[in-house]
Amino acid sequence: MTDNARLRVFLVDDHAMFRAGVRAELGAHVDVVGEASTVAEAVSRIAAATPDVVLLDVHMPDGGGRAVLEAMRKSHPQVRFLALSVSDAAEDVIGLIRAGARGYVTKTISPDELAAAIKRVAEGDAVFSPRLAGFVLDAFAARPDAPVADPELDQLTNREREVLRLLARGYAYKEIAKELFISIKTVETHVSNVLRKLQMSNRYELSRWAADRRLV
Amino acid sequence: MGVTIDTARQPRRLYRARDHRVVAGVASGLARHLRVSPLAVRAAFVILLGFNGLGLMLYAGFWAVLPYERVTGEPRRRDVSQLVPFIAIGLGLILLQVLVLGRNSSVTGTAGWLVAVVAVGAGIIWHESTPERRRQWTEALPRFPWLGTFLEETDRRLFLFRFIGGGLLVAVGVIGMVAVYVPAENNEAVVNGVLFALLGLLGVGVVAAPVLWRTVSQLRAEREGRIRETERAELAAMVHDQVLHTLALIQRNADDVKAVQRLARGQERSLRNWLYKPTGSPTERFAAALEEAAAEVEDTYAIAVEVVVVGDRENDERVAALVMAAREALVNAARHAGVGTVSLYAEVEPEQLSVFVRDRGAGFDMDAVEDHRHGVRGSILGRMSRHGGHAEIRSEIGDGTEVRLFLPMERDAVTSGRER
Repeated sequence: MTDNARLRVFLVDDHAMFRAGVRAELGAHVDVVGEASTVAEAVSRIAAATPDVVLLDVHMPDGGGRAVLEAMRKSHPQVRFLALSVSDAAEDVIGLIRAGARGYVTKTISPDELAAAIKRVAEGDAVFSPRLAGFVLDAFAARPDAPVADPELDQLTNREREVLRLLARGYAYKEIAKELFISIKTVETHVSNVLRKLQMSNRYELSRWAADRRLV
Repeated sequence: MGVTIDTARQPRRLYRARDHRVVAGVASGLARHLRVSPLAVRAAFVILLGFNGLGLMLYAGFWAVLPYERVTGEPRRRDVSQLVPFIAIGLGLILLQVLVLGRNSSVTGTAGWLVAVVAVGAGIIWHESTPERRRQWTEALPRFPWLGTFLEETDRRLFLFRFIGGGLLVAVGVIGMVAVYVPAENNEAVVNGVLFALLGLLGVGVVAAPVLWRTVSQLRAEREGRIRETERAELAAMVHDQVLHTLALIQRNADDVKAVQRLARGQERSLRNWLYKPTGSPTERFAAALEEAAAEVEDTYAIAVEVVVVGDRENDERVAALVMAAREALVNAARHAGVGTVSLYAEVEPEQLSVFVRDRGAGFDMDAVEDHRHGVRGSILGRMSRHGGHAEIRSEIGDGTEVRLFLPMERDAVTSGRER
């Protein structure tokens, strides 16, 4: 990969130490074109820097990653967001994905894996950790009592469910492709569809799920 | 230091408004407090005026007892004009007597006293304002010096005592009024008396409601404060007992990477559970039991286990066997696969429980496992079949191992994770 093909990455995190660490670890793989520690800073600087991928922290003092996503999505649809958080609580993960993040990884991820995730997000793919796949399966678990407003949109197909299960079991995309006798491209399509459904699916349904989840 | 306490807590208080006032700012102050239109409050006063001048009396009463809205910076001074409302109250009482009792002069004196008793009772109830206000009250009532010392007290219990005392006075006055009217055998007078008593009670209610409300909200704020304090103490204890000790151990073992990782992982897990997870008993819930088994393996073998559980259900003997088999699979992966991370995925479905343990390690050849090695055969395959389930092991040299455990279920035993 030549230097001018390197991905432009922007960091949003309220901990300066963490930003410095990520910058140092990612330096070999991508160009870090900017940093921000607050929502307001992030909104103005991302607009100026126009990065390929924004690494977004979930919990920040003045609103968090969700606020950044909601502010940027309309005006800069070409910028992709990858949530990078210390929290893997279901509410945070689903909340960020629904707000439009293309993936969600936790801060314990290794630098190489993070670089790979950034690349995948930049290419328009979704990054699903096994845990995230588990949350989605849980969220879309067949509940005969719950009315579904738009079945086409809100239900996962059996194939998508299978792909998610394998993801949750720790399979890589190419292993899933081998297991299901489909191409990697098809796996990626299924995963992207799941992400789309997650973002667009019945709002009441998922918010109720999140609320119930907290009560559990 | 009652003043300090009062300003520190800042409840929403009823003041007479300085701005937007027409006469004394009572109506606009009330309106602001109740969050309704001042016009409505004024209209209510005017309508109440029709009931034997009650509106006037209420207005005068509010005028007398409500402090002026506090203005920051400006020193508060005594407002001599606030004595005027007492004259207004007196005038109102006389007016009432003339209006209601004019025809029956024999009871006028008694009823007037009873009304006065009611007014004093209401005044005592309403006494809940700042000490300054209390002093004004004392000065305004030179005829009751004992009341003054009574009112100066800031103690909580005395407040309650005063409240009950005031209520008693009001009750005595109202009962007395009815009692005075009834022997007159004058229907109109009885109706008037009852009506007046009801209106009086209503007025007292209006006066007393903010006091009660404030007391209740103060109590609630106190309780919330206590709860917050308890939570803080719990967090501090938890941080002290676990996090600080772990950090100290990490500093001491800084050159032993494995130990540091194990300590950090264990601490992360327990903090995470503490922050995000409800306390589920491993003996009762399937998911909690799996997570506990994974935690044990993590601690013992210094590997990371990525646990994903979809759904949950009650634990029983068969489920416990499944958990034990999963634990054995994790231990095998930790000991033989030679990797740092193992995935554990479990799904609770209406018909069956399934658990998958996967690593990307060395792998092995099932046929080459000698007969006397019982780990796989006894603890996993055998245990599963004894409890009516089955296990599959897929392993390829160099491509890792996946252990799949399935346990069929009766439909009714299943609860999803959300319905706990």
